[in-house]
Amino acid sequence: MTRYIIRRILSMIPVLIFISLVTFALAHAVPGGPFDREKPLPAEIKANLNRYYGLDQPLWKQYTDWIGLTRNPSGEYAGVLQFKFGPSYSSRSRTVNDIFRAHLPVSAQLGFWALCIAVGMGVPLGIIAALKQNSFWDYFSMAIAIFGVSVPNIVLGPIFILIFALTLGWFPVAGWGTPAQMVMPAFALGLNSSALIARLTRASMLQVIREDYIRTARAKGLAERVVIIRHALKNAFIPVATILGPMFAALLTGTFVVEQIFAIPGMGKYFITSITNRDYPVVMGTTLLYAVFLVIANLIVDITYAYLDPRIHYE
Amino acid sequence: MTRQEAAARRLLGREQEAEREQKVTNLWADALRRMARNRAAIVGLVIIIALVIMAIFADKIAPYDYRAGDSADNYMVPLWLTRILPGNMAAYAQIGNKYLFGADYLGRDLLSRVIYGTRVSLPVGFVGAMTALIIGLVYGSISGYYGGKVDDIMMRIVDIVYAFPTMLLIILLMAFFKTSFGGANVPGTAAYTFNRINHVVDRFLGLEGGGMLFIFMGIGITAWMGIARLARGQILSLKEKEFILASRMIGASDIRIITRHILPNIIGPILVTVTLSIPGYISTEVFLSFIGLGVDPPTPSWGAMISEGARAIRSYPNQVLLPALMLAITMFAFNFLGDGLRDALDPRMRGTS
Repeated sequence: MTRYIIRRILSMIPVLIFISLVTFALAHAVPGGPFDREKPLPAEIKANLNRYYGLDQPLWKQYTDWIGLTRNPSGEYAGVLQFKFGPSYSSRSRTVNDIFRAHLPVSAQLGFWALCIAVGMGVPLGIIAALKQNSFWDYFSMAIAIFGVSVPNIVLGPIFILIFALTLGWFPVAGWGTPAQMVMPAFALGLNSSALIARLTRASMLQVIREDYIRTARAKGLAERVVIIRHALKNAFIPVATILGPMFAALLTGTFVVEQIFAIPGMGKYFITSITNRDYPVVMGTTLLYAVFLVIANLIVDITYAYLDPRIHYE
Repeated sequence: MTRQEAAARRLLGREQEAEREQKVTNLWADALRRMARNRAAIVGLVIIIALVIMAIFADKIAPYDYRAGDSADNYMVPLWLTRILPGNMAAYAQIGNKYLFGADYLGRDLLSRVIYGTRVSLPVGFVGAMTALIIGLVYGSISGYYGGKVDDIMMRIVDIVYAFPTMLLIILLMAFFKTSFGGANVPGTAAYTFNRINHVVDRFLGLEGGGMLFIFMGIGITAWMGIARLARGQILSLKEKEFILASRMIGASDIRIITRHILPNIIGPILVTVTLSIPGYISTEVFLSFIGLGVDPPTPSWGAMISEGARAIRSYPNQVLLPALMLAITMFAFNFLGDGLRDALDPRMRGTS
């Protein structure tokens, strides 16, 4: 197991190098520098700015500076490896790190609640649907699941605002900070995933509760609750664990939309603004950071997998 | 229809029906009949056909132009909506019955724009599916069929690209395409060629200046990997079967074995996966247009319309409601059709994922 984890961590390295290369190449292949404005700056000022940010260096040097393998123009190692993501071109007084510090916690909070809703609603719905197959609860939870799978958060957001904020007045329309303001965005973000989880949990639960070892567990007189939680659920959760990785990715990109709709000052909203402003250090930094999150999330999912199913042996 | 179900029907005195069910052995005819009995799938299919017709004849159906608005009608709200959602409108909202669903901030008819929006969403869904199918199938077939070192290298490439968060890659690609290809006007360069092709594609779709090619490329570059993996896995398990060995023994070429013996056997699950991935491509475009990296204005994309409408949601809810509903209906239709297709082609998989 330990060897497997070490090997997986090592195999992350080429992936991360590839991601950083593509991100850097695409961001720098875009014509027009960050200082090309509608009203052009004088050539001397532009040259100075370019020198200050190291944009006059050869491209490979800019890349290694950004990664932190070589000394940057100010003579220090300040790159991604040192957890320094560089300056922001559009807000001069802040570095990308400052921007992360200000906006990432908000997105993380939103993502956390959405994840809680996804798992906390999806798993119970799936279990109830499977245990009471073809009952009202089964149809009810599957209806919710189909609705959640088909209606993207880009539609859910405005509809939630219309129904729960403008018509019923239960929650504030937008903003961030109070618990009441978090309810609608978290649901808009988490509902799709909870629907996916509910469908998968139901399907795998239906399979598991027909297995022999469940009958054995019942036959030896275990309480129904123990049978379901200890024996069935643990096994039923294995297929569900496979989608947790892609789901995490969907939640990440979902924050871009949800934060925009609900005017939440998170990283997603800032990222979109940076694209329009051509603030490439922010774009590159966010992409790389999110990619690292995702790669780690996938690793954790795979390890969870091995924990849930002792039959899985990683050679 | 399982044997038990057939037996049950026989007991109920519907022998004829039961026998007919059992006689058919052709997979596709069988699937088609199962599908025809699935009401949700049929509804989905009908909706999709209606949407396709809407897209093809958009210029005949749409009551107004999608580009030109009347500045006197800015933000017009239809009268019927004020009765349904009283209190949700701005007090100063202009109410008029000129447009069925109102007008946007430039006085353009919302209904017409939503109708033209099908010309963006549907091609994105179909082109995404086709590129995924073609590239993924070819790549996966080669990798799975030849195996060994070829397979190792090809799958390692897929693994690495697969680890890249798709949406972030598409965002970067779109930012790159739009700025370096979209404005290219120096003949002879690759960027210029892409720009010209883009114009041809836009004209073909009837949306001048939309920049559809770039969206197709962005989605196509990332879409094929899932199918490639699926196809490879299926082929790996198939190619050891006796009938493949037999046809190789009688001297069939690799191409013939792949196209005549392997592909027909794996096309079912692949078709299902592709159909179920169409909503994903459509929502990718909607997402891109929402964050301003999708089609260029004035081309109407549901994503861009939702983005504009969401900003005015307190005063003019109709602007976000109509495109959002259209998007939801389209997604429902494709999901229903995909689910139905899966149940029909492989009844054992009913109700899973």
